[in-house]
Amino acid sequence: MSSHTESHGAHSPNEAPHATHEDAHYIKIWAILVALLVVSVTGPMLEIRVVTLLTAFGIAVVKAFLVAKHFMHLDTEKKFVVQLLVVCLGLVFLFFMATSPDIMKHFGMNWVNESAKNANIPEKIVHHGGVEGAAEHAEGAAEHAEGAAAPAEGAPAHPAGEAH
Amino acid sequence: MVKPIATLRSATGVPTGRLAVWWVIASEIVIFGGLLGAYLLHRLGHPEWATYASHTNTWAGAFNTLVLLSSSLSAVLAHNAAEKGNGARAANLLLVTCVGALTFLVVKGFEWTHEIQEGFTITANGFWSFYYCAAGLHGLHVIAGAIIMLFVAADARKNQELQRVELIGIYWHFVDLVWIFLFPLLYIAK
Repeated sequence: MSSHTESHGAHSPNEAPHATHEDAHYIKIWAILVALLVVSVTGPMLEIRVVTLLTAFGIAVVKAFLVAKHFMHLDTEKKFVVQLLVVCLGLVFLFFMATSPDIMKHFGMNWVNESAKNANIPEKIVHHGGVEGAAEHAEGAAEHAEGAAAPAEGAPAHPAGEAH
Repeated sequence: MVKPIATLRSATGVPTGRLAVWWVIASEIVIFGGLLGAYLLHRLGHPEWATYASHTNTWAGAFNTLVLLSSSLSAVLAHNAAEKGNGARAANLLLVTCVGALTFLVVKGFEWTHEIQEGFTITANGFWSFYYCAAGLHGLHVIAGAIIMLFVAADARKNQELQRVELIGIYWHFVDLVWIFLFPLLYIAK
């Protein structure tokens, strides 16, 4: 008896059945994935923020769904396996939601993250001629100007003209 | 030869070997989820990282995405062949997947060489630290997957342990999944 028969024959009666598809089905899914890849590369070329977010990240979610469902066969896998993966993803999300203020904000009540503040504010002033997208830093404008004198983190490698 | 219990037992309704792979993937979700989550938060907190990201090569990233998607196809076709008991075809398709892994690594090698020569090293700034860390960790997973796949293919060619073709396939699709998210984060959002 081959190992294949042994392994599959050894499955218990309550084991999740895995869908068997013909090769053409998988090739069709691959073609859809490639088409989505083309859209995700060409979409951001329009340089419209909403289109970039939708085509790059929205399509990434769709591609991930297609791979998980059709290639990893999660649609026919036991429910607890899907729940296991979703719980892990949820825990990571919760953790980052809880810690995000520490990373994304550079100052608050009685605290200032000097290195983070100096790293990004001068760059924006130099490249954009203003504190673009930094409304949350308004109260620290004086500190921004002071930070502008200091070299930005990694700035020497990139001349100001290269900013996008 | 006595087979390991993981090959034969199915206490949960899922063969223990496959269940183990799902547990590996669950832990990988935490590892890569943590890394990508940290990158995302830093990226939102540091708008100037868009400037650094503009130096990554979108076309190389897109080509590598195509390579990984195609290698996922060959992996799932190998699984299909194994399900039908065709070990030789499964082995050949796993080798095709390995070629995909090698291609991915070669492209990455050229990409990194160019970037390092331009002065974008792992210590240049926060963006490049994340870039090399995330892409490097993913690359290590590609190398590990390719090596395991060679062993699985060798057994599959002799029509042995064909259930492992599915197991390495699930792992490989996860490696593909991680890249699907790394690609827009590191190469497209500029």
